[in-house]
Amino acid sequence: MNGKTILHLLRNEILLELRQKYALGGVLIYVTSTILVCYLSFTRIVHVPTWNALFWIILLFAATNALYRSFHQDTQGKQLYLYTLVSPESLLIARMLYNMILMLILSFLSLVTYATFIGFDVLTDANTGMFITGMLLGAIGFAATFTMISAIASKTGQNSGLMAILGFPVILPALLSLMKVTRFALDGLEWSSGSGSLLILGSINVLVIALSYILFPYLWRD
Amino acid sequence: MLRHWWKILATILVLYVVGYGLIIEVPDLPRMHESIRNLFYHVPMWFTMLLLLLISVVYSIKYLRSRDPIHDTISIECINVAILFGLLGFVTGAIWGMYAWGAISQFLIREPKSLASIIGILIYLGYVILRGSIVEEQNRAKVSAVFNIFAFVLFNVFIIVIPRLTDSLHPGSGGNPGFSIYDSENTLKVVFYPAAVGWILLGLWIMNMRVRIKKISMKLDQP
Repeated sequence: MNGKTILHLLRNEILLELRQKYALGGVLIYVTSTILVCYLSFTRIVHVPTWNALFWIILLFAATNALYRSFHQDTQGKQLYLYTLVSPESLLIARMLYNMILMLILSFLSLVTYATFIGFDVLTDANTGMFITGMLLGAIGFAATFTMISAIASKTGQNSGLMAILGFPVILPALLSLMKVTRFALDGLEWSSGSGSLLILGSINVLVIALSYILFPYLWRD
Repeated sequence: MLRHWWKILATILVLYVVGYGLIIEVPDLPRMHESIRNLFYHVPMWFTMLLLLLISVVYSIKYLRSRDPIHDTISIECINVAILFGLLGFVTGAIWGMYAWGAISQFLIREPKSLASIIGILIYLGYVILRGSIVEEQNRAKVSAVFNIFAFVLFNVFIIVIPRLTDSLHPGSGGNPGFSIYDSENTLKVVFYPAAVGWILLGLWIMNMRVRIKKISMKLDQP
């Protein structure tokens, strides 16, 4: 594994994505229509925990949908081609980095759309720095976990349902600490109140990335 | 005969626990009363489940290194038996909680330990579905071994993280005193320790038998 290969793979992923814009556009439309459905059912939410929980649930489903493709779109031929060219570790790290960028963009765009529709009253006296930090760590965690789950699910030849079955129970520890820290941030509490949860979130991310790094080569070798 | 000493021990211990556990004088505590006898069933079920899950992960790691189908068989049978013990632990806990804490809806989702057990059962049912959806045997063994290791680590994270996020009604957590204060005269330990060993041995025995049945059917399938 080396940095140059990873960068090449990352560039390749981004180029592919920009060439077939419909996939990225599909995810964005998915999020927007989900938010629209929520808007039509709730109109405005002023209750902070509900606002927060709904946002993360929408993002969770968007993440499953967006990251489902990361290993499913490879054809048998492309897999074999990549297999002969690069080490599995480089491929995994490149895909993870790409998915992290994707998730970061997706979560910021979702936040803007969500706040516009559902109301940004709750954001007025929020601790914005802590919210953004939580969101960054959360997006990275979603990306890392679902990249690995996507790699596992892609070996089955099943549809995206398996992603949710395998992924949701596994992502819960990260999701719960994430919801806790962002709720604190929305309530406008100090950094010290959320630092414990942020630390847990960061450690879970490191753990997931390390675990995927160790396990992925076994998975990829056919 | 000597090879089977642990099976005899398991039988004796479980019979002793079921029999003597009902006769023994238990400390009469407010709220608990006679329901404290559930200690001999509820807690050992979790011990057995966690031990079986641990063995299963060890064999998953072994499988990834050796590609020996027997390691995969042991791993999946450990999980099958662990799911059974997990469900039993959940049911005994729910019954106990009904008497000690009130209506099930009051504690089931707020109690981090029952939440963790629901998540655990979901993870491992997901594992069973994952196995079911792959036809080719070697591929199935490999993919499920990877998922098993991944899920076990995150399940443990869940068990460690969740109690720090919420309060618990269980003894020894959430500011509650540990269980030992309920058993000031050590009367319960006389049955509890044998119960833990007995149920664990019984779980291993069931697992062992299931593995042997699988081995026989694998031999029979070979031409």
